[in-house]
Amino acid sequence: MKVLGLSAFYHDSAAALVVNGEIIAAAQEERFTRKKHDAGYPRHAIDYVLSAGGLTPSDIDYVAFYEKPFLKFERLLETYVSMAPRGFKSFAMALPLWMREKLYQKDLLSTELNALVKADWNAKLVFSEHHLSHAASAFFASPFQDAAVLTMDGVGEWATTSLAIGHGNALTIEREIHFPHSLGLLYSAFTYYTGFRVNSGEYKLMGLAPYGEPKYVSQILENLIDVKPDGSFRLDMKYFDYCAGLTMTSQRFDHIFGGPARNPEDPLTQRHMDLAASVQFVLEDVVLRLARSIASQTGMRNLCLAGGVALNCVANGKVLRDGCFDKIWIQPASGDAGGALGAALAASFMHLGVPRKVVSPDSMHGSYLGPSYADDEIETTLHRVGARFVKMTDAEMFAKTADCLAAGLAIGWFQGRMEFGPRALGNRSILGDARSPAMQKILNLKIKYRESFRPFAPAVLAEDAADYFDLNVESPYMLLVAPVRQERRRPVSAEEAALFGIEKLNVPRSDIPAVTHVDYSARVQTVRQDTNPKLHALLSMFKERTGCSVLANTSFNVRGEPIVCTPEDAFRCFMGTDLDILVVGNCVLRKEDQDSALAINYKNQFELD
Amino acid sequence: MFKILGEFLVFMKVRKKYWLFPIMIVTALLGGLILLTKGSAVAPFIYTLF
Repeated sequence: MKVLGLSAFYHDSAAALVVNGEIIAAAQEERFTRKKHDAGYPRHAIDYVLSAGGLTPSDIDYVAFYEKPFLKFERLLETYVSMAPRGFKSFAMALPLWMREKLYQKDLLSTELNALVKADWNAKLVFSEHHLSHAASAFFASPFQDAAVLTMDGVGEWATTSLAIGHGNALTIEREIHFPHSLGLLYSAFTYYTGFRVNSGEYKLMGLAPYGEPKYVSQILENLIDVKPDGSFRLDMKYFDYCAGLTMTSQRFDHIFGGPARNPEDPLTQRHMDLAASVQFVLEDVVLRLARSIASQTGMRNLCLAGGVALNCVANGKVLRDGCFDKIWIQPASGDAGGALGAALAASFMHLGVPRKVVSPDSMHGSYLGPSYADDEIETTLHRVGARFVKMTDAEMFAKTADCLAAGLAIGWFQGRMEFGPRALGNRSILGDARSPAMQKILNLKIKYRESFRPFAPAVLAEDAADYFDLNVESPYMLLVAPVRQERRRPVSAEEAALFGIEKLNVPRSDIPAVTHVDYSARVQTVRQDTNPKLHALLSMFKERTGCSVLANTSFNVRGEPIVCTPEDAFRCFMGTDLDILVVGNCVLRKEDQDSALAINYKNQFELD
Repeated sequence: MFKILGEFLVFMKVRKKYWLFPIMIVTALLGGLILLTKGSAVAPFIYTLF
């Protein structure tokens, strides 16, 4: 059975292909259109997944969409009715969208699919609920035969948090918390209030939290959210404006936290950092309570996580260290793009009854599910764009790259299949020496064109991870935060401790300062030989030269740009930034060899996120 | 439009929410009116909710 999964029309459109229960390919539309969070119909992603599976559109048995538009419309109508006459402005903005486009999603999908090939697509279209899609993306891709599945996000149709139980190829939603009570929207409210963009700035808030003190926890727990011992919760909606208004928070919220929301261009103060620390503390507390109560009530020993809140790797790390579950597995594409994969998996196993084969370490193929390019294709492209390069053997390429990294150079690293999900896991990455105290600043200011509150993620040989971090499990998808080991830490002087904000991050805190946060935490990616042999070989070569098996890994893009997809995207980004070396497959490009006329002003090409 | 109304009727039957029908009709009329009086429909920034 060949099932095409789609997510589209809200944000992060994507397509995924599942054949007889096996994940073949998945990609986000933004990578092809170069438009961040592209919400359009994912025609490029569909073309790609079909070609990756060697299929034509007529081979597809079912198309699974990741949510149910009518249920979402029902929620909108009921919310507006319950808020009336307040909320008319929001209603007047939402309604035309629905009347013009969103109510017709089934027709729109049929029309677009008919453009590929004439067929009775209405009969082949199935719709999965939003949280079921998230849950399916986590459970069916996990290495577990039985597991509890916790999904948390902003909102889908009605559900904002759900508990499901998975056995073999069955998955049942057991309990849900409904809109407007949402952990994701609580976090987004603080994202908005601290001046970041809702739906993309949440990771900045998480990164900001270690700079602050959780001084506002009592205000949050006494006023905003009522959390029960089992982790279920209700928000007091008088502090929020997202049901009826066009902002996330209300004036009462401003009153509690001592002023209006920060404008995006205003400076960050200690108060904003304390707010970030406080909401992060509350989020972790709720997630921990949920996890503990699920463990005790279900008796399950395995936990799967998905939904946007599952990208909060600090909270995930706390759940892991709490020990309420023996094993946890987090879907790397936990946002809505992953819904495309979940819908296809749900349709395959639950709707069509395909038998499920549990695979170790999981069924995601390292999340390397996107396009790859053959050597001759890479060379043809590089010649066409005017690149000057040297083609090397594998051994020469690894040696050259490891030497350059050890010399403190910043490397664009483009290998194999593109990652699915928001993290670059070593196939579309910018790599640097984690030991270098300057690497943080170099990568941020000269290459990524941003200031970042979080240091870069460490990519570490899986077999050496415990030498650097207090982590006794694998973290292949950078979704677990773990402390840097005590013996690697460097004491900070009183003068350094007194520094403010991002200046704190520039103080080396360990022998791998480029990946150590101000609270000595790190967002770890463990690299296995069988999952990513090239990155593993590079790390091993780097270790041979330096004794260190950690590299700083960040996504291959600049601020506001989708991660590069093709060799041409990679060359463009290389020529528009201060990257020193670009390695595409076995082709190695040095910046000083390139024609300076090909340099482009890249910095202002993308809208800031 | 009629096809959508028909599908929505089936939806309400399944969900047992017939009380949504008059609201749907009023909404359709209001939505049509808003559409006629506005050039374009742009999602506000909190697009998660819509």
